[in-house]
Amino acid sequence: MSKTTSAVVTVANKLGLHARPATLFAETASKAKSDISVRRCDQEQLVDGKSVIQMMLLAATVGTRIEIAATGCDAHEAVSALVELVKSGFLED
Amino acid sequence: MKLLDIVVKDAIIPDLVATERDAAIADIIDALVNAGALSPKLRDEFIKAVIKREKRGSTGFGHGVAVPHVKHPAISKMAITVGISHTGVEFNALDKQPVYAIFLLLSPEDQPEEHLDAMEAVFGSLSQETFRRFLRQAKTVDEIMTLLQEADAKAPVR
Repeated sequence: MSKTTSAVVTVANKLGLHARPATLFAETASKAKSDISVRRCDQEQLVDGKSVIQMMLLAATVGTRIEIAATGCDAHEAVSALVELVKSGFLED
Repeated sequence: MKLLDIVVKDAIIPDLVATERDAAIADIIDALVNAGALSPKLRDEFIKAVIKREKRGSTGFGHGVAVPHVKHPAISKMAITVGISHTGVEFNALDKQPVYAIFLLLSPEDQPEEHLDAMEAVFGSLSQETFRRFLRQAKTVDEIMTLLQEADAKAPVR
């Protein structure tokens, strides 16, 4: 069963989605069977949530709102795991 | 939300013996059962549910800490407890490093906002390097409780 779900979350860590957080995000996204797309709420451009490079190119700084969307059998679980990860601020100050 | 409001003190483990993820999760769930925070009947189901969530995406977010959790209809009130390992637990963390502090969270299924509030309270504390370092050095339940209390005092009012 394929389904789509999405959620908006605000980047919480001071340094934003730089290399380390982008890697953690892509790694978590890659566990999902669903396709994961991410965009900044102020832009239309979608990027692949499973790509570290594309996540870094989003240049999401602290306070940026991003929308995470997943389509596939584990869409809901994937989005909730990614939302929790972004909310964790990647455990950075 | 304050950590002290939801922590199950009697389930805190200051010296986790397990060195791999599934065993550590089982030990912490057992501690919650022994503390009366979880029905023994639900033990196996909860261990399975927490591990299932880990397989979907590790809550070992790096820096030596992990925040495994489960939402379940049998939980009526948010609860959290802490397990500290001095040797390190292989937790399949996102940064591939062992974890030394495990915060396990039980959430009611029908309160997603509360769940995220609690997660944020935990994340807010764990993002402080000094909190992580002191936790890792803590050797008794009382020391851990003191650190949680200090973390609460520093947390911004939400």
